[in-house]
Amino acid sequence: MKIVACIKQVPDTTDVRIDPETRTLVREGVESITNPFDEYAVEEALLTKEKYGGEVHVVTMGPPQAVEVLKNALAVGADYVYLISDSAFAGSDTWATAYTLAQAIKKIGGVDLVVCGKQAIDGDTAQVGPGVATQLGIPQLTYVSKVREVDVEKGSVVVERMLEDGKEVVQSSLPVLITVVKDINEPRLPSLLGIKKAAKAEIPTWTVEDLALDKAKCGLEGSPTEVVRVFTPEPRGGGEILEGEMTDTIPLLIDKLMEAKVLK
Amino acid sequence: MARLLIDEEACTGCEACVEECPYGALEMKGDVVTVNEKCTFCGACVDICPVDALTLEKEEKEAPGVDISEYKDVWVFIEHKGGKIANVSLELLGEGRKLADALGCKLSGMLLGNEVESCAQEVITYGADTVYLTESPVLGHYRTDSYATGALNLINKYKPEIVIFGATTQGRDFAGTVATKIYTGLTADCTGLDIDPETKLLRQTRPAFGGNIMATILCKKHRPQMSTVRPKVFPMPGKDDSRKGEIILEPLPIGEDDVRTKILDFVQEAETVNLADAEVIVSGGRGVGGSDNFAIIRELADVLGGAVGASRAAVDAGWIPYEHQVGQTGRTVRPKIYIACGISGSIQHQAGMKTSDIIVAINKDPEAPIFKIATYGVVADLFQAVPMLAREFRKRLAK
Repeated sequence: MKIVACIKQVPDTTDVRIDPETRTLVREGVESITNPFDEYAVEEALLTKEKYGGEVHVVTMGPPQAVEVLKNALAVGADYVYLISDSAFAGSDTWATAYTLAQAIKKIGGVDLVVCGKQAIDGDTAQVGPGVATQLGIPQLTYVSKVREVDVEKGSVVVERMLEDGKEVVQSSLPVLITVVKDINEPRLPSLLGIKKAAKAEIPTWTVEDLALDKAKCGLEGSPTEVVRVFTPEPRGGGEILEGEMTDTIPLLIDKLMEAKVLK
Repeated sequence: MARLLIDEEACTGCEACVEECPYGALEMKGDVVTVNEKCTFCGACVDICPVDALTLEKEEKEAPGVDISEYKDVWVFIEHKGGKIANVSLELLGEGRKLADALGCKLSGMLLGNEVESCAQEVITYGADTVYLTESPVLGHYRTDSYATGALNLINKYKPEIVIFGATTQGRDFAGTVATKIYTGLTADCTGLDIDPETKLLRQTRPAFGGNIMATILCKKHRPQMSTVRPKVFPMPGKDDSRKGEIILEPLPIGEDDVRTKILDFVQEAETVNLADAEVIVSGGRGVGGSDNFAIIRELADVLGGAVGASRAAVDAGWIPYEHQVGQTGRTVRPKIYIACGISGSIQHQAGMKTSDIIVAINKDPEAPIFKIATYGVVADLFQAVPMLAREFRKRLAK
């Protein structure tokens, strides 16, 4: 079974900076981590491989330093990793990102299962997973909290999806793209051997040319959306600390909450 | 529309383009290739063809998508379950009305489902002029394939200028697919929508990085302009039962066999967790100290008619299931009242709740970061304060 996990490097801190010129995020100089949801995606890919056999490929799209998240993926057991990086990708919105990732997955070829985190913690859009599936022309199962079974022979997968009000059990044909929620597994820690192996690994970089991409659909130019203004919201000021004995503060708090006219 | 032209004389039937096509839009008919409606004119086949048998009509390729002047009206995707329209869709009808009035155009609902005509009438009473309705047994439950096909059929035919969706699990799954297929922009989780008075473009404002920055986003050259909006960002509009509108029916162009997924079962949550819809959320954190102790959190939530939330610490400790987790790796919520009990208020937790209207913090550590964002703070032991709140509220609310 051929499994691809898509991962993203995101800033670790909430101390983000915006380039005032391009109005895009400045990623240099901020400590970076693998998007937490993508760690569940990599783990699910590894678990699926361990259960059904096959190989795990991990791709990330980003600047050269995004190679670090691929090293982490190698250290926990990914078989192949690829960095998709080109100055032409700069400023990609979710459409252009999905287009680019889909081309990379096509280049890997013969993929049965694509696993993504449900969303990234920086952009929070949850749009790239469905975008990649649509670009690939394969079905998608989003918000997956459990993969019940995969049957490569029959080309079928059954998963549980975590919706607002319950769990939906769905079957899909393969190949399929799933996006996973945190509850799905417990990501493993890298082994010492894995870390050593990852440190020495030569990681291939794929560019616009390598992926035979239409440049008009990449980066800023290929992105239908355009960020025209970025601003810091008014900080939510600290409110009122109700001082005193609880016999006073609790009724006071209730008075204040009743004023909001929400409680009936 | 752009067109993919196939030179049948030149085609050698090598099938390279069939392999290459990302959309499954090319098929062999005898010795030559043919194109079906799945084609998005991406040009992948043109580049791969060894004998130049494929061309895209050129002038169409130059334009990134569309003649934007052909697109008009504001549409709201109507999400529903069991014959009931989701509140977020009604809220969006209220906001959509404002956008339509600002543009001087019509507001329409896009309704897909099976036997949902009663919903169509309701969409009109909440402010729509038109409902585009596609009904089919294939649309009995939301599935990406069938709903996206139905929506694309409507959008391609009637060309709305703006389409807005609820940022629910369904809305995000759906909108992401539709926007990708059309090659248009989609802005997630907008908290502000308005029309630029000069350009008439939809200004879409959204938080990013856990609400640390706000971005205003435009979609200038592609149509429709598409956004998702979370529940309860906009107020519920009033209802006018006398309102009249038009219902336009369109058939679904596919059958059950064309849908690649099948719903086998739905397991309703034993405890209603629906944090997204809750007006009041009472959350417990590390300070709660154990799963049994969550009873007092639940009790207060019950009295207030609210839902129970939790911090990551409480979920990771195994005191309460993940479905309740609020924060960066859990759910993002925006209730009218959020009561944080024994939650210190890490940046990650704040990312999931700091846009709540009123935040109440109950914590015995006066230095806890949660107090910095709380509307009202009580420095107290939650084991005393929370049951007392429940008791007092029960009296006040006469329950």
